[in-house]
Amino acid sequence: MSNAQLEIQLIASVVAAACAIPGTFLVLRKMAMISDAISHSILPGIVVGFFITQDLNSPLLILLAAFTGIITVVLVEYIQKTGLVKEDTAIGLVFPALFSIGVILIAKNANDVHLDVDAVLLGELAFAPFDRLILNGTDVGPKSLWVIGTILIITISLLIAFFKELKVSTFDKGLAASLGFSPAIIHYGLMSVSSVTTVGAFDAVGAILVVALMIAPAAAAYLLTTNLKKMLVLAISFGIFSAILGYWVAHWLDASIAGSITTVLGLVFLLVYLFAPSKGIIAVTYREKQQRIEVSLLTFLLHLKNHDEVSERHVKHLNEHINWQKVRSKSVLDLAQKNNMIHIDNHIVSLTSKGNEFTSKAIDYIITNEDSQIEDMKNDFFLFRG
Amino acid sequence: MKKIAVKIDDLTVAYNYKPVLWDIDLEIPEGVLMAIVGPNGAGKSTLIKAILGILKPIAGSVTIYGKPYIKQHQLVAYVPQKGSVDWDFPITALDVVKMGTYGSLGWIKRPGQKEKKAALEALEKVGMLPFKNRQISQLSGGQQQRIFLARALVQNASIYFMDEPFQGVDATTEIAIINILKELRKAGKTVIVVHHDLQTVPEYFDWVTFLNVKKIATGPVKDIFNDDNLTKTYGINYKVSIQE
Repeated sequence: MSNAQLEIQLIASVVAAACAIPGTFLVLRKMAMISDAISHSILPGIVVGFFITQDLNSPLLILLAAFTGIITVVLVEYIQKTGLVKEDTAIGLVFPALFSIGVILIAKNANDVHLDVDAVLLGELAFAPFDRLILNGTDVGPKSLWVIGTILIITISLLIAFFKELKVSTFDKGLAASLGFSPAIIHYGLMSVSSVTTVGAFDAVGAILVVALMIAPAAAAYLLTTNLKKMLVLAISFGIFSAILGYWVAHWLDASIAGSITTVLGLVFLLVYLFAPSKGIIAVTYREKQQRIEVSLLTFLLHLKNHDEVSERHVKHLNEHINWQKVRSKSVLDLAQKNNMIHIDNHIVSLTSKGNEFTSKAIDYIITNEDSQIEDMKNDFFLFRG
Repeated sequence: MKKIAVKIDDLTVAYNYKPVLWDIDLEIPEGVLMAIVGPNGAGKSTLIKAILGILKPIAGSVTIYGKPYIKQHQLVAYVPQKGSVDWDFPITALDVVKMGTYGSLGWIKRPGQKEKKAALEALEKVGMLPFKNRQISQLSGGQQQRIFLARALVQNASIYFMDEPFQGVDATTEIAIINILKELRKAGKTVIVVHHDLQTVPEYFDWVTFLNVKKIATGPVKDIFNDDNLTKTYGINYKVSIQE
């Protein structure tokens, strides 16, 4: 691996980590689309900043562009507050307007400015190592690494300092306000960090990948944990993992690095979406099926308990009366038998003493509305295992 | 004469220029357990939010023990409506309760062992200690309400505001909650509850405010909880039989 390759992966990883932190809070605040808005509408800020500084990595340019991001948020909120349009519409109105101003500014000055729309949208990570930071004549590494590294360190410091405030205002705005933590300050703080991160990252990875790096890792992490700190760590890990793997995919395919990283991010999310242990699609579907069978079994047992008369307990009658299809009634019957809940004598179904006890207990719990205890009870009876 | 815990003068709150609270004057004495009753859209939740500074009034003022809310927020605990938060948020019951300690910590400082201990005690009090490590979406509606109550208890406030704490909870939880509220009153706290079930007002509360955009009446339940005020508030000929 060459030095440049290592540097590209390092830059991509630092960008991923810096994006995942504000991204986690944007996802939890249901504001994912605002990152898209910010990433596009910073363009005029970048162009104006570039005219002034002639340097894409200048701190002044970053602050100017980030300020455009804040303006976006303020405009969106202002339009939304008039009550005439909804938030998503307001976002759709504001960012194309700002973005197009940026596009026109570039087009008007394209001849003498090293900046084009493609670079803004997709970034060019491969060139990042060529722009070096020279201090007192010594090369201390790529400029963009220093820029995004500084942003990451500031983001982490703010996160550690204001973790509790971020947590409470994201979870319960009303409580945060009543505790004396102004939700507005925290909101605009988060928006500022998101804007600065977007500007710092877009030069390396482009406006579209910034959105992917903010949202996809956080969305995947959200499906895997019930702890905010773990969600942050997972989101950062997914981001870094995708950045490095994406780089190598691009290397093998000889394709765009930004595009490959985004593809890997999408795949990571897809895998988590399918296979997450409790919130994944497969787990949810399996659980729903399991629950349907459990409810059927309970219904069946309750029916048996309610009816002493033999005619109500004939195997055939159960098909007709409970109105289940044959397959379903057979699987319920099998399950009940396997767990020694019932015995079948000459086509007449009866509860065993174990089945009787289980059903009485279940009725008690249902009447007293303690559903959670039915779960505990199932363990007592070794039901539904195997 | 008792001290006044909350004093509201000429309070008007509007959403999009339509007043939802109109010129409210209200004094809530210290140590009462008060219900705010009124029909849907009467501005009950809005009144609480305006007192707590969550909503900005277009006119009027609110003081807590004679000072603006912003200086007194440590004296106040708030239990919002259950629907106001995202129950899928990655957080455990214990963490939610710990949030009650954030107000006394102030900015930046983090909760430590002392705060954790207080949160565990509050969970114990509402009977939720065994669920402390559950993610909050895995709790039933009544349990979620108890977590909110525990969070308010941990604030160790002087005044408690609760927005429909009995909404969607079972009878056991309702009794558990009202017993805790009565205990708070015994300890000299002021408790203000947005309440829907008129039948239980005389049994649960000793003070009541009738609200329907304007204040209709306020005072001791035994003096003013009558058909006359109910009719004025709900606009129809209202009759309740009050069981003593």
